Amino acid sequence: MFSFLARRMITVFLPTLLGLSMLVFGAMHLIPGSFVDVLLGVGQDISAEQRQRVVAQYGLDQPVPVQYVKWIGNVFTGDFGTSLKSGKPVASEITSRLPVTLELAVLATIASLILAIPAGIVAAIYRGRWPDTVLRMVALLGLSVPNFLIATLLVLFVSTKWSVLPTTGFVPIADGLWPNLKSLAMPTISLGALLAASMMRMMRSSMLEEFGKEYLTVARSKGLRERSVVMTHALRNSLIPVITVLGIQTGYMLGGTVIVEQVFAIPGIGRLALDAVNQRDYPLVQGTVLFIASAFVLMNLITDVIYGLVDPRIRVGGKAQ
Amino acid sequence: MSEAAGLPMEPLVQRKRSIRKAIGSNRIAAGAALVLVLIILLAALAPWLDLGDPEKMNTPNRLLAPGEAGLMGSDKFGRDVFSRILFGTRISMVVGVAAVLVAAAVGTLIGLIAGYLGSWQEYITMRVMDVLFSFPSIVLAILIVSIIGAGFPSIVLAIALVQTPIFARIVRGSTLTVKNIEYVHAAEASGATTWLILRRHVLPNVAAPILVQLALSMSGAITMEAALSYLGLGAIPPTPSLGSMLSENRSSMEIAPWTVLYPGLALALIVLSINMFGDAVRDYMDPRIRKG
Repeated sequence: MFSFLARRMITVFLPTLLGLSMLVFGAMHLIPGSFVDVLLGVGQDISAEQRQRVVAQYGLDQPVPVQYVKWIGNVFTGDFGTSLKSGKPVASEITSRLPVTLELAVLATIASLILAIPAGIVAAIYRGRWPDTVLRMVALLGLSVPNFLIATLLVLFVSTKWSVLPTTGFVPIADGLWPNLKSLAMPTISLGALLAASMMRMMRSSMLEEFGKEYLTVARSKGLRERSVVMTHALRNSLIPVITVLGIQTGYMLGGTVIVEQVFAIPGIGRLALDAVNQRDYPLVQGTVLFIASAFVLMNLITDVIYGLVDPRIRVGGKAQ
Repeated sequence: MSEAAGLPMEPLVQRKRSIRKAIGSNRIAAGAALVLVLIILLAALAPWLDLGDPEKMNTPNRLLAPGEAGLMGSDKFGRDVFSRILFGTRISMVVGVAAVLVAAAVGTLIGLIAGYLGSWQEYITMRVMDVLFSFPSIVLAILIVSIIGAGFPSIVLAIALVQTPIFARIVRGSTLTVKNIEYVHAAEASGATTWLILRRHVLPNVAAPILVQLALSMSGAITMEAALSYLGLGAIPPTPSLGSMLSENRSSMEIAPWTVLYPGLALALIVLSINMFGDAVRDYMDPRIRKG
């Protein structure tokens, strides 16, 4: 297991992180002129000498590779630079927003799991009959309707027509668990719909695949009840592909939070990144994008590892794709 | 969208039945295709339908209900909602097709080279693809928009960059299978150049999964365009986009729900019909689902 993890780290994880940091860094340096302009404030009368001093102060006069090495060195010590607008360190901006995004992501994952696994099992058992058809249609809707549209429809119907839930805004958990959960209910649904739909579909097809296998015939011929055949034998094996979908989709959820946080005015990392773009706060864009993308890569590594733990064939099989 | 890449497809070389025939026999796919054709026709013919200017403000006519003004009412600036939906759909389609074609062309080329040549070319190109793939698409788009600014060129670039690795991975996988089949060895032995082998012998046999992915990518691209425009990173007002219609009409949606409901429905219908069509084609190609 350890060698499997080490191999994944060296061949995939670390090179990807390296490339990622280069891309984010390089992208920001395609605009060196405007970076200085943002720093100094556009339209101000600044002498060439003053401008030169600022350029030197930020090390922008050095060769780009040198700048990169310095920057990545700082990143490793937790220094992502300073936000141009707030003047606070980017790292502390990120850590102050992280818990909100995490709570939203965890809630959406739990809600999706609770819905998707039973729904997938039911669809597989009733394959081709009406429960299957209905569930598959709902899943297809979940895959097709974008999260911001779900969010808009929820606000339109749930908040404004029935005023059950607050329209937008976030209540911190310090102000009570129930108000906090209420403020996150609609964001959770908007964010989790895609995950729930894709997990349900994977659960269904993976269950159907197990149904065709011989060990289930053996289990049945032993006289086991259908319930235990499905719930213990088939379920355990069909969960393996669902884990992969969960891992990959949880990564995508990090992107989804950008939109959902914006729609519901939730102060998480996604909103931080979007505000940074709108305010042309480049260090903050750099920091948040690098952070979200790294989290995504880490999520994929974790998925690989769990997958290896659950299915020994993958880690023993050597060359992983 | 990620699920597609995981499902193995049957050996590509032996397939002979036509996709067209399979779609004909599948009522859902046929219905979805019909809806799609209708939407594309409406969007394409929008300038000749005499619907009124989608961008010109006409304040005396603002927030009129469907029927009072046009088929779907008017928004807070008095612009016809139906007209804006059709012109917005035009833009979605153009952005989607442009981005997906670029991604398919570049991704296929990379996948062919990586899969066929192997060795360091494969390692380098696939690591680059991994890096692009390691951004949640919206975050990659944010990065691009922060450099070149909002607007359609950056959206097309962003969507194409997001989709390229998907094509590259699929084509590489299929190429690995095809390159060990005898006719490719025969072509190599007879001295054919690499380029000729890739074009004449490998590409036609990896084409089927590319076609499926085209449909899936198209729905992803249209959703992305709408999402970016919703966030204000795409369409620049007053240009209509299904995504920006949802956000710009949010303030008036309580008194005029049609200003968000119809654009939302249109977007859902487009994505849903592309997905149903794509699903049917994919199911047809996956023998486990077809037989099972």
